[in-house]
Amino acid sequence: MKQTLAALAAVLLLAPVLASAGTPKPDLKIENPGSCIAPVPEMRRNHMEMLKHTRDRTLRQGIRGEKASLNGCINCHASKTTGSVLGQGGFCQECHTYAAVKLDCWDCHQPKAGNHEAVGVKP
Amino acid sequence: MQSALTQRLRIPNFYWLAAIGAIISAAGTLAAFYMEHHGHQVTGMNNQVFWGLPHVFAIFLIVGASGVLNVASIGTVFGKKVYKPRGPLSGLLAITMLAAGLFVIMLDLGRADRLIVAMTHVNWTSVFGWNMVLYPVFFGLVGLYVWLLLDRKMYAYSKAAGTAAFIWRLVMTTGTGSIFGFVVARQAYNSAIIAPMFIIMSFAWGLAMFLIFQAAMYKWEGSQLDEEIRQRLNKLLGTFVAAVAYFVVVYHLTNLYYAKQTAFETFILVSGGIYPQLFWGGFVVVGTILPLLFVFVPALRSMASSSVLASIFTILGGLAFLYVFIIGGQAYPLEMFPGMEVKSSFFDGVVDPYVPSLPEFLLSIGGFGLFFLLSLIVVQILPFMPQDDMAQLRASGALHD
Amino acid sequence: MSEPQDRIENKSRRSFVGAAAVAGASAGVAALAPGLKLIEVAGAAPRAPGEPASSAVRWGMLIDTTKCASGCDACVKACATENGINETVKDPRQGSQWIRKIDLKDPKTGQEYSLPMLCQHCEHPPCVDVCPTGASMKRADGIVLVDRHICIGCRYCMMACPYKARSLVHMPLTEQNPLVPRGQGCVEACTFCVQRVDRGQQPACVEACPEKAMLFGNLNDPNSEIAQRVAKEKTTQVRADLKLNLGVRYQGI
Repeated sequence: MKQTLAALAAVLLLAPVLASAGTPKPDLKIENPGSCIAPVPEMRRNHMEMLKHTRDRTLRQGIRGEKASLNGCINCHASKTTGSVLGQGGFCQECHTYAAVKLDCWDCHQPKAGNHEAVGVKP
Repeated sequence: MQSALTQRLRIPNFYWLAAIGAIISAAGTLAAFYMEHHGHQVTGMNNQVFWGLPHVFAIFLIVGASGVLNVASIGTVFGKKVYKPRGPLSGLLAITMLAAGLFVIMLDLGRADRLIVAMTHVNWTSVFGWNMVLYPVFFGLVGLYVWLLLDRKMYAYSKAAGTAAFIWRLVMTTGTGSIFGFVVARQAYNSAIIAPMFIIMSFAWGLAMFLIFQAAMYKWEGSQLDEEIRQRLNKLLGTFVAAVAYFVVVYHLTNLYYAKQTAFETFILVSGGIYPQLFWGGFVVVGTILPLLFVFVPALRSMASSSVLASIFTILGGLAFLYVFIIGGQAYPLEMFPGMEVKSSFFDGVVDPYVPSLPEFLLSIGGFGLFFLLSLIVVQILPFMPQDDMAQLRASGALHD
Repeated sequence: MSEPQDRIENKSRRSFVGAAAVAGASAGVAALAPGLKLIEVAGAAPRAPGEPASSAVRWGMLIDTTKCASGCDACVKACATENGINETVKDPRQGSQWIRKIDLKDPKTGQEYSLPMLCQHCEHPPCVDVCPTGASMKRADGIVLVDRHICIGCRYCMMACPYKARSLVHMPLTEQNPLVPRGQGCVEACTFCVQRVDRGQQPACVEACPEKAMLFGNLNDPNSEIAQRVAKEKTTQVRADLKLNLGVRYQGI
């Protein structure tokens, strides 16, 4: 009985370690020099809140030029090889895969950096 | 203490029946995953007909769910003793039908993963928004009601819960009808009569679903429903079917004479191909005339299968009506420029040739599969089989009250 | 109402906007009277960063259908280019159209008309009333938008719209314009090119029209060309019986 309990406890305590042993740590590459809009620990903790407040201020109230702009993030953080923040080595993808948090943004938002200068077709 | 209204049931071949229900529900779920992954491009829906077959089946189940509770309400709220033993089963079927209807409609959403968003961001000017409160409270009230009916110590409180549930489902179904009634833009909708019409339809469709499931339960138990009770329930179905026909007539007359939607009505009733066929053949003949024959013609109504047949025909008629109402109402082009001939690259001015696709069909019948599976499991585990005290009923004259 | 003077601090920016407006805007530039700003004349000005949209402005459009040619769809193509509506659709009935050309014919007289149909940016939008989550919204300056962050794709707004202005995205998208997020499962419609209007530009369709049939501007500014024309000339609203007070007005039908 005691041995069974000990074995069970060991499995339960070690399970997270054993499970994550197979998941590669995020391989982040900071493509551009300089610092982000806030210190790294703050960005890690709060970037989702910043983006959420920005999206409501920009879309619903029409406020442009917010500091935490998604396109601003992409243009700086997009991988120089793939041009995107998703995929292998993608800035957003790497951490989100490790943390197993689904990324909902990219169904609508363009993950590739670019200066899309779509202007209307002139006559 | 209240004497037992209901008893346990041992369903023969329970696991085979459950497997059938599970397979149909699973097919529906897989179809929904397929649609969610690839987008609605894999369906027959498009930017003109965007509420397709899943909406037809879902709205049938949701409207029927509020109607199937009628059986319990007639017992509790209106005191008719014949209905009292049937109350718990009626409450259970209301819960499982609503769950099944919501399963279909929520999995058809463009972004079904955002259900939590829908429940936490509510726009109170929208009937869909009200539904975020109306449906969960319905589940809660009916669940409470069924518990109070079954728990013999609590039976005295069941009338309060039953009355609350009765009123709540009237509000809920008025809401479902108003989803269409409040749409000012379209010829098929925008009418005050749609909400009461849906209420009456809920009575007929709900009772039909109840009669079929009850008949199955008697078959599983190997016993016979008393013939006088059976005829009484049949007559109620016939009354509801006739009332539905009346409301549908008034709805079409309103559209023709008050709203003057002559072109649209001609399309639905005469020239629109599948729509007049479903309306006249499906709703009028199969869904109204046949049930009335099986309920009121003596030679037919004395057949043992008359209730089940009348119910099946009522259900088919209901689905046909909803197909014409929901899909026909979208297929006919919006009239933005009255009197003009219209043409565009967005298919303005043309009737949409909607054909349901396989994923839509599987999701739709998956709803019926889920309803069957959930109901089957609960009646196997808990006591829902109605127990009629025939001697008591005859003696007190309650058989025909 | 026009933007107050202190909004624009930088004189060189004002002259740049003025030059751009003169060069590109479809609204004609009237002869300047003393004190009359180029910005008011052009009808659009970039909103300062951090500044919310204001109900002092109401964006509207005036379309002169007598200038609209039946075979021409420059506005439709420009909209598709600007807003990144470039996906391949298997069934054309499932494709998004934010603006489309409608050809009308009066069967009694044989007279034909052609006009662009787009979201009418109603003052009382039925789509906003029916949206269960509040994703369908009207911005303070009158532009009706879909907040795709909370859109659940129920399509009730498509049912409610009298103009068939809304489309559902039927497939996964990958080539969106970074300034115009759009995606599978959400409903969308013309935004008056809000990303351009907020920068002080005109919607793409207005700019692309070779006949200058479309005029865009601030209906609340009595000095704007659109407000003056709407006040003086006869205009019609499509489905005026619904009393939605549309932002888009037509002439010639």
